[in-house]
Amino acid sequence: MTAKIGYDEVEVGTELPAQSFPVTRATLVRYAGASGDFNPIHWNEKFAKEVGLPDVIAHGMFTMAEAIRVVTDWVGDPGAVVEYGVRFTKPVVVPNDDIGALVEVSGKVAAKLDDSRVRVDLTAMSAGQKVLGMSRAVVRLA
Amino acid sequence: MALDQSFVGRSYPPTEPYEVGREKIREFAEAVRDPNPVYTDPEAAKALGHSDLIAPPTFVFAITFKAAGDVIADPQLGLDYSRVVHGDQKFAYSRPVRAGDRLTVTSTIETIKSLAGNDIIDVRGEVHDEAGEHVVTAWTKLVARAAEEA
Repeated sequence: MTAKIGYDEVEVGTELPAQSFPVTRATLVRYAGASGDFNPIHWNEKFAKEVGLPDVIAHGMFTMAEAIRVVTDWVGDPGAVVEYGVRFTKPVVVPNDDIGALVEVSGKVAAKLDDSRVRVDLTAMSAGQKVLGMSRAVVRLA
Repeated sequence: MALDQSFVGRSYPPTEPYEVGREKIREFAEAVRDPNPVYTDPEAAKALGHSDLIAPPTFVFAITFKAAGDVIADPQLGLDYSRVVHGDQKFAYSRPVRAGDRLTVTSTIETIKSLAGNDIIDVRGEVHDEAGEHVVTAWTKLVARAAEEA
């Protein structure tokens, strides 16, 4: 485990570089295959609407995988992540066009813990809605 | 229909080992478009002190959710899986998942609640390697939405 950010370099309120992640239908099909989650709400518009969704929605776990990038790209070593949790508050709706949806993720250091660990709170937005709540990671710094 | 509360605290036997392959990690990293070389290049992983490729933090969900699926599909429990959505997800890691790991999952139903007609179930999956060492624990909250009035 080799984080490139030192514990002494950060303080509560330190902002991590924000990132935006585009999501299209093709992204979801690829994620379905890689993750083994073939629930049709993530690729079949007719099915999604029949169960009351506005359109096809992204896998919550896809959004969760993208959001932690803000932390893992910051520390360099994803093995530095000690804890990671989210609440799926709103779906990421993905229209059937070339643009799809955009997930915008920002993060900041919310607490300095013992053993060189910090807690990072993440915010993930799509189409003006907060799509993850209670999104927190504990990461061990150098 | 209310779920069978007697399932709270119930643990299920460990799953058969899942062998983590390098190509599966690469495929997953590509699917989430994460170019970190620690997921694709063993030398890059070793440079950070890992013995082989490591998997992205949420990779293990595919394994724990399959194990949880076997639990919640138990007809005695009474969960309507067609109405289930993913509520919360959390992981606590002792170490990252690595290529070559042979992982087993032991699932436990932690809580069962009914809230405004929704059934809520929390499943904990403890993931161990072949040596019996703890790798990661996954907590999954599933919500079965109330059926609409006919």
